[in-house]
Order: sequence, then C-alpha cells, then structure tokens
Amino acid sequence: MISQEIRKQFPILNQRVNGHPLVYLDNAATVKKRIQVIEATDNYYRNINSNVQRVVHKLITWDTDTYEGAREKVRAFISANSTEEIIFTSGTTASLNLVAQSYGRSYLKKGDEIVITYMEHHSNLIPWQQVAKATGATLKYIPMQQNGTMKLENIKATITKNTKLVAMTQVSNVLGTINPIQEVAKLAHDVGAVIVVDGAQSVPHIKIDVQALDIDFLAFSGHKMGGPTGIGVLYGKKQLLEKMEPVEFGGEMIDVVELYDSTWKELPWKFEGGTPIIAGAVGLGAAIDFIQSIGMEEIEKHETALVNNTLEKMGAIEGVSIYGPMKERSGLITFNIDGVHSHDVATVLDTEGIAVRAGHHCAQPLMNWLNVSATARVSFYLYNTDEEIDIFIKGLKKTKEYFGHVFS
Amino acid sequence: MSSLDNLYRSVIMDHYQSPRNKGSLENPDLTIQLKNPTCGDRITLYMKLENGKINDARFEGEGCSISMSSASMMTQAIKGLEYNQALDLADRFSKMLLGEEVEKEDFEDLEALQGVHQFPARIKCATLAWKAMEKGIKDHDHNHEHEHHDHDQK
Repeated sequence: MISQEIRKQFPILNQRVNGHPLVYLDNAATVKKRIQVIEATDNYYRNINSNVQRVVHKLITWDTDTYEGAREKVRAFISANSTEEIIFTSGTTASLNLVAQSYGRSYLKKGDEIVITYMEHHSNLIPWQQVAKATGATLKYIPMQQNGTMKLENIKATITKNTKLVAMTQVSNVLGTINPIQEVAKLAHDVGAVIVVDGAQSVPHIKIDVQALDIDFLAFSGHKMGGPTGIGVLYGKKQLLEKMEPVEFGGEMIDVVELYDSTWKELPWKFEGGTPIIAGAVGLGAAIDFIQSIGMEEIEKHETALVNNTLEKMGAIEGVSIYGPMKERSGLITFNIDGVHSHDVATVLDTEGIAVRAGHHCAQPLMNWLNVSATARVSFYLYNTDEEIDIFIKGLKKTKEYFGHVFS
Repeated sequence: MSSLDNLYRSVIMDHYQSPRNKGSLENPDLTIQLKNPTCGDRITLYMKLENGKINDARFEGEGCSISMSSASMMTQAIKGLEYNQALDLADRFSKMLLGEEVEKEDFEDLEALQGVHQFPARIKCATLAWKAMEKGIKDHDHNHEHEHHDHDQK
C-alpha cells in the first residue's frame, strides 16, 4: 500500500471539508504539495534569499547552486542532453507562448501550416491562432475519432510538405487520451517541421525521455507535479533555442549592453529576463527528488490501477456518460450525469468532501466537438486510494438520486 | 433542511425544469449575450423597452440549475419595471447572495436563491442573467444620452 504512507507527507490532505474527510480528485488542476516541498521553499526565504548571479557575497553561491541545481534535476528528470535546454518560465502557458512568440513569429510565414488537434488546452491553441494571424500561416486540425483518439493515418494525412509546426498535447486534460508523440515527431521531422508538445498533463504522470521521443519543444508546469505554482519549464533542442531571439529583454538576460545595441547571455539564461521565481525552482527540485525516489513507473502504475477501478465502477452506474477512450488513458475521467449539469454534480460531491472539477476545462473547442457545454472531471495522483474511489462512487450515486428526487 | 436542500429548493428546480420566458423575442430592443468564462455558462437576454420600462424579457442559454433558474425568475421579476427599479432589484439580489440583509418584499421566487450564499463558488451562476440585464440597461441609457432625445431612433 503505497498511498497510506505517502498521504501523511501531504499535510493538506489531512483535513475535513463540509464535515467529511477531504477526497481530493482534482489533481489535473493542481497536485498537492509534499511537506518537503513546502520546507524547501520556506528554507529558501528564511535562510538564503538573495538574487541570482548578480551579487558577490556568501549567500549567492548557495543560491545559484540551488536555482541551477533545480535546473539539473529537471534535465535529468526528462532526460535532456544539457541544462542549456532547460528554460525556467512561470508555467506551461508561458512556455508555449515563448515558443510561439519567438520561434513561431520568426520562422513561420504565409502559406505555412500549423497542425494542431481538437483536444488542445487553450494555452496550446490561442498562441498558435495569434501566430497564424500575425504571419499568415494557417491552422489545420487533425480529425478525431468518436472515442477521443486520433488515427495515425489521419495524423499522417494532415501533416504535409507545407507543415512547419505541429502543436500537440501529449495527454488530453479532458479525454485522458495519450497521443503517440514519438510517431508524430517522426512524421513532423520527415517534412522538416518541428513539434511542440504540451506536457502539462503528461510530465507529472508518465515517464518522459525527450531524446527518445525526439521532441523539439516540451512545456510543463511545476505545480501539476507537486511543485509550487509560478514555476514551469520549456525544454527545447539546443540548436533550435540557439537560433531563437529572446522575448523578454532587460535584467539578467544580457551579455553586453551599449547605447544602441546589446547582446544576450548564453543558453538558457538569454530567455530568463528579470529576477526569476527562485523559491519556486527550489521547490520544484524538491518535488522532483520525491518523484525520483518513488519512480515514475510506480506513479503510472498506481494511477492506472485507480483509473481502471473507477472506470469499471462508473460504467456500472446507469445514466453516466464517460468521455474519451476506455483503454490506454491517463489518470483522469471526464463525465456527465444525464440531466444534471456538471456544476450541480460538483456542488453535491463537495458537500460530501469530494473535490472534482466542473466546467469547460479550458478546452472550449473540444467541448463544442463533444457537443456539451460543460463536464465534470476526476483526476488522480499517487496519494489517492481505492477507498477514496469508493467514496466518490457513493457520492456519484447520491448525486444521481438527489437530482432524481428533486426532479420528480 | 440540509444545506443541499437549502440550495436546491423545489421552486428553483421547478424554474430549471420548466423555465419561464425561455426563447427569443421578435424585434427586441436589446439583445445581450453574456458568458461566464470560467465555467462556460452562457445566456442571451432579449428585452423590449418602452417609456423607460422593461416591457418584455425572454432568454436563451445553457448552464447549471442555478444560472438557468435565476434567469427564468429574473425575466418574470423585471417585466413591467422601470429601468432604475430593475437595477435596484438586481442590486438587492446580488447583496442577498453575498449574505447581506436587504429588503425582499418584492422578491417572490427570487428569495429561494438565498441558499446560494452558502456556496460561494455558485454566486456567479446566480448573477449571470442579472449582469446581462444590468449591462443592457446601462449601455442603453448611456447611448440614449447621446441621442439627444431623438425618439425616432429605435
């Protein structure tokens, strides 16, 4: 029983909500913080707190060690070749916008195609809409099947010699679909395009090796893997990052500044203008230490068992619609109860202490594709247990009965 | 009454299941579309105005029981009201949701939404239709000031 011992290390889980023990099933939104992560950020502000690199006093070496130490932990975690390829940002959104504004606006032109999917989170969609508007490139959507997956032949048919960039999430935050990134990367590279992968929902839950997958850019957030909010990562291949211009200019990112011209620092710092969220990086490093001590394979195994258990039990309840593939999916389930709006579902579950998500999940085009205005979602992490699944299933039945009752 | 029953009063469920004034209006004076961007609820409110009064109001939309029942109740409540009366009602309704003591004598069905106060995440659901109405009236008033009382403009 991996969960019971681990749960104790996440203090926030040990609380009551509306008179019931908290059952936290909104991990795709954010993962709770382990005590060691909280202590690492606390320690930074208590005992270290100075700026990166600028000053010459004793604290600075510790500080650079910890900030740059966190960068090395991230590099090892995703098996990147070098820390030059690890850029700290404020999160997935900032990472994707950085690629769009720098690479997208410089290297795309009229007539070029950006290939994208119907299942993108708004943050891997709108930056590309903006690039398309600014450059005259066009957006092309890969057809999706009814079960929320894409056939490789359809992906292949959508990527053409005009395709210069493929933007794709590795795991859908709504459908739980796991996309074949390695195959898509190859298809993109075959036509000379680059692939930008939204890893917000994959990096915390699946073992990622950017070199084996041959990903050009990978964006993800610290807080979805148990680190603090406000810290995220953009991985990029060195040869691509080298030819890209920074998008934020000013402190920390310069080499020589003259009256009419300036030059930039080397990678990765040329993309990190301004004072970064140092405590966030340190906290992320602590979160990675924990994940590495457990092992990504264990996390994936545990979450797969939870999702399969939940799917089976939900499938047995009449009047519950489940979206996305029934097999080979990540640890989240999006659903609706017939005739009950997802907000109402979430409210009833909340009175039982069960935290789920309701709404459009920042994926309005996908909601339109599914022909629903909103859905409810449960999502799991390492600390969730089978007992919590049973409480959730009971809550779901209660919700159905409650609305069946008030409607009658 | 449990807090859930307090939220989902039968009168709310009745408005949700059998919404009053649902549908569009022919030749409305005002059409206001509003969304709750965080959750996807949306409403289109149609109003007919005459001599400073709301003559008719209908709505279309999609959303949860709270947002849709509130829209249904609102269209009932504002019909026949002068603009400032409708705005005053919206103001008192919002305050009730925030837990403030307000005059509720003219609330009728609206009072049933009082329970939303205990569910802060749902307050925006209840106010969506009202925000649409307020926006419509205020924009209309503003435009009207710039028309120099040209009554032919409709």
